[in-house]
Amino acid sequence: MKYMLMMNAPRGNGDWNVASWAPEDLKRHIKFMMDFGQELHASGELVAGEGLAAPAQARIVRAGKAGVPEVTDGPFAEAKEFLAGYWIVDCETTQRAYEIAARASAAPGPGGKPLNMPIEVREVMSGPPVEV
Amino acid sequence: MTAFAGESLLRELAPQVLGAVIRRFGDFSASEDAVQEALIAAAQQWPSEGLPENPRGWLIQVAVRRMTDHLRAESARRRRENQVALETGDAAPAPDDNFTLGFGVAAAKEAQEDDTLILLFMCCHPALTRGSAIALTLRAVGGLTTAEIARAYLVPEATMAQRISRAKQKIKSSGVPFRLPTADERGDRLAAVLHVLYLIFNEGYASSAGPDLQRTDLSNEAIRLARAVHRLLPNEAEAAGLLALLLLTDARRYARTGPDGELISLEQQDRTRWDRAQIEEGVALVSAALRMGSIGAYQLQAAIAAVHDEAARAEDTDWPQILSLYGVLKRMSDNPMVALNHAIAAAMVQGPDAGLDLLKTLDADERIQGHYRLDAVRAHLHERAGRRDQAISHYRAAAEKTTSIPERNYLNTQAARLAASAP
Repeated sequence: MKYMLMMNAPRGNGDWNVASWAPEDLKRHIKFMMDFGQELHASGELVAGEGLAAPAQARIVRAGKAGVPEVTDGPFAEAKEFLAGYWIVDCETTQRAYEIAARASAAPGPGGKPLNMPIEVREVMSGPPVEV
Repeated sequence: MTAFAGESLLRELAPQVLGAVIRRFGDFSASEDAVQEALIAAAQQWPSEGLPENPRGWLIQVAVRRMTDHLRAESARRRRENQVALETGDAAPAPDDNFTLGFGVAAAKEAQEDDTLILLFMCCHPALTRGSAIALTLRAVGGLTTAEIARAYLVPEATMAQRISRAKQKIKSSGVPFRLPTADERGDRLAAVLHVLYLIFNEGYASSAGPDLQRTDLSNEAIRLARAVHRLLPNEAEAAGLLALLLLTDARRYARTGPDGELISLEQQDRTRWDRAQIEEGVALVSAALRMGSIGAYQLQAAIAAVHDEAARAEDTDWPQILSLYGVLKRMSDNPMVALNHAIAAAMVQGPDAGLDLLKTLDADERIQGHYRLDAVRAHLHERAGRRDQAISHYRAAAEKTTSIPERNYLNTQAARLAASAP
């Protein structure tokens, strides 16, 4: 079963204020994320995973007249959190997907303290239909 | 591998060639890589150069050459690492350090046994996770490439390659010997093999509604392997039962989806599109299996599928017989899905409310409570009982819970159909 693990970051202080972290904290965090990706790759569970650019660069697109894209800057204001990155994993049980999410959630923040980020776990629509 | 005349031959030969190479070199993991390379070489060369006179010998020769190159490179690497000049020259490859297969005496004794079976037992070893066992079985026994398996399971090739290599590591570290299981182990190990084939079939069959037709190859592959198991173990009733079940289910493949991939319920299917030859074969198999006297779950499921398949029209279905078969199955296996199907059969015989009553017991079963199937069946039974609003709300609830897109479309369509019908 495939699951999408979405790492949500709070808005406002954006990305947990990473800009103000001590260099060694940042380094530790980055290393954790790289190792984590490697680990999922090695276990044969990683299907895809990406980090997304900061929400300041996000745009909303709607089809305008004759399908011409109409691009606006928002509104995003009402959102308390934004998607910072995601992983798609293919694992045997839901429990395993939760374990992976918990590992991601505990990524180290300032002073090496776990960030306890909220990770939203959603099953990808890929279940086999049974006889109807 | 692209389709060509020799492809089925290639797939048939894959496990035999692998068996021969393992017997010679021992190392399962490296042998499997060498055979995979030989298969790829054959798929590239045979279509243009024609089939070799002795395809099996050709494949073994290429795989052995790859294996020898590999061992040479390995020993050169070791030489470099150890800074020791060994005067091995072109001598026969040294025994592999990592060699953990119980090769030797046992192998010599059993050299006559069919390697396909040994490899199946190995690849479906209970020490492996389900996903790993499936991937390894398709590659080592089915002769599929990693790219094909990855495509079939909709994951990147690197992910599948990693899964296969971990499975091989696991076999190595568990020291699974290259021989048939002992009499003690046999029952459990055969059950594991049959289960893996069943899962491969389901993945292909269930997804045939999807856009990727490649996946139907998985059900064909599962049937081919189940045939091999049945041929090699003709006295195992459950092996016959599994093959019968797969054939009887697969016979309905072309009738179960509409032109746009939408699901069509068993009741609504155009039965003239069912594969009669496959049904006859399945019925004969399951009848013979049941006479062997060791009834099992696959035989019962096959028998149920046979009852459906033998009804010319949905209303001719012998529901009392299906109900009694589910009754036996329910006593045999503590499986909530079986209980669910039993309730459906009861509804067909004794009326929708009898079915709904039986479903109540499932609400307390945490393995199935909240499962969309429970809502889907309730919706169906309420509809049969003429309770339109309850049917709609259960169809909608089921649509929200399923993780299959064709299924969700089906359920939403049912709800929409009822909502649009005059009350």
